[in-house]
Amino acid sequence: MDILDVRGLSCPLPVMKTKKVLDSGVQELQIEGTGGTAKQNVTRLAKSQGFEVEIKNEADGEWTMVLTKGK
Amino acid sequence: MDRERAFLVATGLIIGILAAVLVVMGNPGNMGFCIACFLRDITGALGFQRAGVVQYVRPEILGLVIGAFVAAFTAGEFRSRGGSSTLVRFFLGMFMMIGALVFLGCPLRDILRIGGGDLNAVVGLAGFIGGVLLGVFFLRKGFDLGAARTDKGSQVGGYILIAVAVVLLIMLVGGFNVNPEAGGPLFFSKEGPGSMHAPLWISLGAGLLVGFLAQKARLCLSGGFRDFFLIREYGMLLAYLGILVGVMALNIYFGNFRLGFADQPIAHTNHIFNFLGLFLVGLSAVLLGGCPLRQIVLGSEGDTDAATAVLGMVAGAAISHNFLLAAGPGGTTPWGEAAVIIGIIVVSFIGWAYREVEA
Repeated sequence: MDILDVRGLSCPLPVMKTKKVLDSGVQELQIEGTGGTAKQNVTRLAKSQGFEVEIKNEADGEWTMVLTKGK
Repeated sequence: MDRERAFLVATGLIIGILAAVLVVMGNPGNMGFCIACFLRDITGALGFQRAGVVQYVRPEILGLVIGAFVAAFTAGEFRSRGGSSTLVRFFLGMFMMIGALVFLGCPLRDILRIGGGDLNAVVGLAGFIGGVLLGVFFLRKGFDLGAARTDKGSQVGGYILIAVAVVLLIMLVGGFNVNPEAGGPLFFSKEGPGSMHAPLWISLGAGLLVGFLAQKARLCLSGGFRDFFLIREYGMLLAYLGILVGVMALNIYFGNFRLGFADQPIAHTNHIFNFLGLFLVGLSAVLLGGCPLRQIVLGSEGDTDAATAVLGMVAGAAISHNFLLAAGPGGTTPWGEAAVIIGIIVVSFIGWAYREVEA
């Protein structure tokens, strides 16, 4: 599975970088990021593109989520 | 409409309504809230700029900081972090303020001015959108100021902005006057916009509520247009609409709505520099990752880069008034016009210089 690191990036870079990878046609993507805003924005984008979102890990303001393409 | 969008609309409506009420309670016309103007007034109260008509410790700003801090802290989102081109952000904040003070308002006040019938603000909005578009162009080219680090150890850095707000509040409530012969600091305008304000506790309460809501909603006056152009996400634009509807409805009710260009409260009719002033604000805001309001909210969440951008805005306010860059109801100054053009060039250079080169 591809891993994308968007930790510490200012808006809207987490969403832009995620979109770029999703647009390349991946079926699965792990994203590591920081902060509630990025989490919310990336989740919204992923869902709008038909991905299922699972938060794997969240501690000290850092989170890891896995996006999986739904059927 | 989903819950997130409904919350954005509601947040906008509440801000719009509060802004109209604050004007009725004593704030200057179409200035229920203005992040740029109010930071400038605080800059003046501290004596960093000596324009006697714009000096007051605006409790709205202190409330914003404390309200956003409470919202972030209670949600477990407060985290000291920073280190993403901090000095560059200081200068972007500075230029953002210079642009705002040539237009006479931040993007939030721009919407409030439109809601009061001020058509100069429509010109400003067009400039703002233009600046956001140029910012989006740089983002598409790979603009990136680099990643901030989350502080794993001490969280002290993140609390500095909150501490400053609390100290200012204590000085304001306690009536501190360090040098009474000189009249301050703290300095308070006896006439002009700085002398016009709602009662302290009402301003503070409004600031607290808006800070809390703005943190929860991630409200950002540049983010809405940016995300619409970038990824066709229009949720945040609903918040703008909420602000506009809220403030306009109450302005009409209170008899504060007057449609036109001329004789608008704390505004001028120089179309070119209303446009370019907010163009500079829009461009700087996109490169900073958020508008003036958003920088304050982020700073209150522990983002020391955003807090530095806020300090840059304070410096920008001092420069604007000390160097006669700021416009007034009579219009712009040649110095201010030159500064806006130089600002657009310098900020564009930053936008170009920090593009990420693909490996």
